[in-house]
Amino acid sequence: MNIAEHLPILVIVIPLMSAIVIPLVGRINKLFSWYVTVFITLLSFVMSLSLLNTVISAGRISYWLGGWEPPWGIEYAIDYLNAFVLVIVSFIAFIVSLYARRSIEKEIDKSKVTTFYSIYMLFIAGLMGIIVTGDIFNLYVFIEIASLAGYALIAVGKRRDALMASYNYLILGTIAATFILLGIGYLYMVTGTLNMADLREKLPMLYESKVVLTAFAFFTVGLSLKLALFPLHAWLPNAYTYAPSVVSAIMAATATKVGAYAMLRIMFTVFKLEFDLHIVPVTQILIILSLVAIVAGSVIAIAQTNIKRMLAYSSIGQIGYIVLGAALANQTSMTGSLLHILNHGLMKGTLFLVVGVVVYKLGIEDIAGLKGMGKKMPFTMAAFTIAGLSMIGVPLTVGFVSKWYLATGALSAGMWFIIPIILASSLMTAVYFWRIIEGIYFAAPAGIHQPAFAGYGNPEPESQGSKQVDGFLPRDDGPPGLLIPTFILAGLCIFFGIAAFIPVSMAGQAATMLLGGM
Amino acid sequence: MIELIAGKYNYWIYIALMMIGFYAMIAKGNLIKKIIGMNIFQTAVFLFYISTSKVKGGTAPIEWEHAILYDNPLPHVLILTAIVVSVSTTAVALALIIRIYKEYGTMEEDVILEMGEGETQDTEQRLHDLEDEIKDAELRLRDAEQIAKSVD
Repeated sequence: MNIAEHLPILVIVIPLMSAIVIPLVGRINKLFSWYVTVFITLLSFVMSLSLLNTVISAGRISYWLGGWEPPWGIEYAIDYLNAFVLVIVSFIAFIVSLYARRSIEKEIDKSKVTTFYSIYMLFIAGLMGIIVTGDIFNLYVFIEIASLAGYALIAVGKRRDALMASYNYLILGTIAATFILLGIGYLYMVTGTLNMADLREKLPMLYESKVVLTAFAFFTVGLSLKLALFPLHAWLPNAYTYAPSVVSAIMAATATKVGAYAMLRIMFTVFKLEFDLHIVPVTQILIILSLVAIVAGSVIAIAQTNIKRMLAYSSIGQIGYIVLGAALANQTSMTGSLLHILNHGLMKGTLFLVVGVVVYKLGIEDIAGLKGMGKKMPFTMAAFTIAGLSMIGVPLTVGFVSKWYLATGALSAGMWFIIPIILASSLMTAVYFWRIIEGIYFAAPAGIHQPAFAGYGNPEPESQGSKQVDGFLPRDDGPPGLLIPTFILAGLCIFFGIAAFIPVSMAGQAATMLLGGM
Repeated sequence: MIELIAGKYNYWIYIALMMIGFYAMIAKGNLIKKIIGMNIFQTAVFLFYISTSKVKGGTAPIEWEHAILYDNPLPHVLILTAIVVSVSTTAVALALIIRIYKEYGTMEEDVILEMGEGETQDTEQRLHDLEDEIKDAELRLRDAEQIAKSVD
């Protein structure tokens, strides 16, 4: 038996099984459960890279579960798009799991640590499943696995506000998933198949059918809720704000991206491009919604005083970019959209990890509390600055690359009015990041830092941290266990900004595949 | 028209149930009632799937010599999975509600929203603190009694 042949299923089965193993080894020693988590996420990253390599050299992989031939059996289909997103998700999962140990010892009850790792792996397995599967009902099941694990992850922290945030997400997430289930039901009703490639072949004859239109409407609304497109974003700010920092980081960097991936799959693989363009005006609607999301997300982010909430609203704006690129539906904009899936994952991942370090050291989430921290926590704040500049879209960072592709994509679609909106949003991003960066490096620290609430916080803020030397605090940075993962992500923000050709060539090929035939 | 209403009555029931559930999820203020709404909402979709699987004149999809047509078994299997999902969602939701009730002492959404951002203490933590205080007080009481005795 050749192991490499079975990678498409192993990439899901191994994290899924580890979710059972982790609580067991955690009974021996809590640290073991962390070792297993790191090892398994690393293993899935390696497997994803190997899958990507196979796709590049040999083309689309089609794996038949249990050997049943596709339209009847479940097929796992991996092409450029899946492999690209799979590598991103597994990589970020690995980096965040490296970071998790030190961070959650502050933010989560000791008794819940092993359970946390177990649910974390379930969450990752669900996301990987959404990406890999080529069967539309399987997609629903994995969406629910990832969502259920997500609700639990948000609620695992010490803060009671997280419970209501998780509950609201559960209600909205269930509505979304049930809509998707209905959409699947309608498609099955008229085609009799659940396989995505088969649906693509069978649907064009039925494009005028009201049943298909209804199905498409359910899919669009359900997936927009899952990826938090602007008017349907209500669950996101509270969930990201009150969840533990690790959870905010992994959810912001991967969960909404996978939602975007699922939307691309449904819009461009299950349905064909001409359906989106000519039969229902879905692309126009999505362009308008995403522009509103871009502007509204940035405007609301400026008004925030809690840094996690600010990042959450900024995420809503960035999701707008991803959807915008997809809705413009030309080669350049689609490349930009796919690039932004990677780039936003890296940037938001870095930012939330930085917030995690700040919470670990200072126990605060207020923007005002970051004043003068440039001297006290130079490395943490350097990472924040890199990711912040990248969010603004400064050249030589990843943010510039994807915005460039989106802007030129808008031009080639003949929609010049989008460019000022992208520019205005970048300016607003500059406003809300610059006020923090300015405070970090040029303002005097605001005296002794009181923990914002009892759950987190440094037990001895009085001892070293508050002694003022020339108006600045002595250096007291986060532990290397937190800083190294943060810097890997921050470094990649710059690396892929300079060596942009690597992700661009991948995203370009995925975009060609999405827009042309498979 | 009659044909449309009477002939496809199960679809009408599915739509009605779905709207009832949807309404409860959005409009009800009690967290448990929202979950009941969610269950009705999901059950409506199950009914929809099962309705689509019916073939006119078909029998249950079990091999039988007199059978001419069989119903489609696949939606049944799909719905079995969806039921499992629904059960687990309900379980997670109820677990969350238990913790919300422990923290806030209520299950009414507007009351919880009014309470706003509160301190993070668990009820268990608070109980712990109270027990410690009681122990302290007992110790102090004993000290005071001893002092009183020595004065006597």
